[in-house]
Amino acid sequence: MAVDRFPIEAGHVIMFARSIGEVNDIYYNEDYAKGAEPGAILAPPTFVQASAQFDSDYFLRPKIGQEWFGSAKGPTGITPSEPSGGDTKKSSGGGGLHAEQRYVYHKPIKVGDVLSAITKPGASWEKEGRRGGNLMFTESVTEYRDQNGDLVVTATSVGVRTERPATVKE
Amino acid sequence: MPLNAKDIKVGDTYSEQVCKNLSRTQIVQYAGASGDYNPVHHDQLYVEEIAGYPSVFAHGMLTMGLTGKMLTNYIGDGRLTAFGVRFTAQVFPGATLTATATITDIREEEGNQIADMDVSTVDEEGVEVVKGTASARLDA
Repeated sequence: MAVDRFPIEAGHVIMFARSIGEVNDIYYNEDYAKGAEPGAILAPPTFVQASAQFDSDYFLRPKIGQEWFGSAKGPTGITPSEPSGGDTKKSSGGGGLHAEQRYVYHKPIKVGDVLSAITKPGASWEKEGRRGGNLMFTESVTEYRDQNGDLVVTATSVGVRTERPATVKE
Repeated sequence: MPLNAKDIKVGDTYSEQVCKNLSRTQIVQYAGASGDYNPVHHDQLYVEEIAGYPSVFAHGMLTMGLTGKMLTNYIGDGRLTAFGVRFTAQVFPGATLTATATITDIREEEGNQIADMDVSTVDEEGVEVVKGTASARLDA
């Protein structure tokens, strides 16, 4: 994945902050933020995840004019008879689960910054799980840089594919 | 207000309830803001019949975001230097989550006072859903 342009926009930060139940003025109020230590509205610590909105190929967003694997009238919008249609078994779980996420912060991200991101594959390994059967882990490392080329956040993501759904706790 | 090195010691803890009776709508809010529209997080029909889970469940990153709210309320805005977690259990609608930070070390690095913390978020039954660590720059 590469995101060429990830503008940090005030409205987007507000939507994100609301979704995690934040009431902190540092994400909402420009006047407050100017008087606080950071000096500008900040992006919350996990906000870079929303760079997906600016990734033209992001696979967990419906593409205009294409079939979507989530439900429509039936449980999946993918037409099985069509050769171009996806493999519904493969889409189970929608691309696996998120096992681990790590951030290293080099510089606070502020509204008005324009980031770019480059993702590189990391390690991959397998493990026998208790509930989900054989577990296949894959790591990726994304470097986010600002408009000056300065590294602002390094994000390491570990995804896991399970043989069968991880069952719920009783 | 940023945390001051003089006001904390190893072993100190800070806890916060970061969501109460998690709604499906809040999960949808997170999908919309983050851009992760995976149906397993909002589409009950897909989840039951295709993915094979009993219910939609929260994005791991929503739980991490909720946990991060506790951290920034504790240590101050723009002070985190590192934050990493493992997602140890799925979070389903109706969950009430409590996030806790425990100071494990206070050290100096390149002239800054840094606090290292263990981070843990548990649901209403005490099941740990997120486990990790964080570090933050303190006032001295």
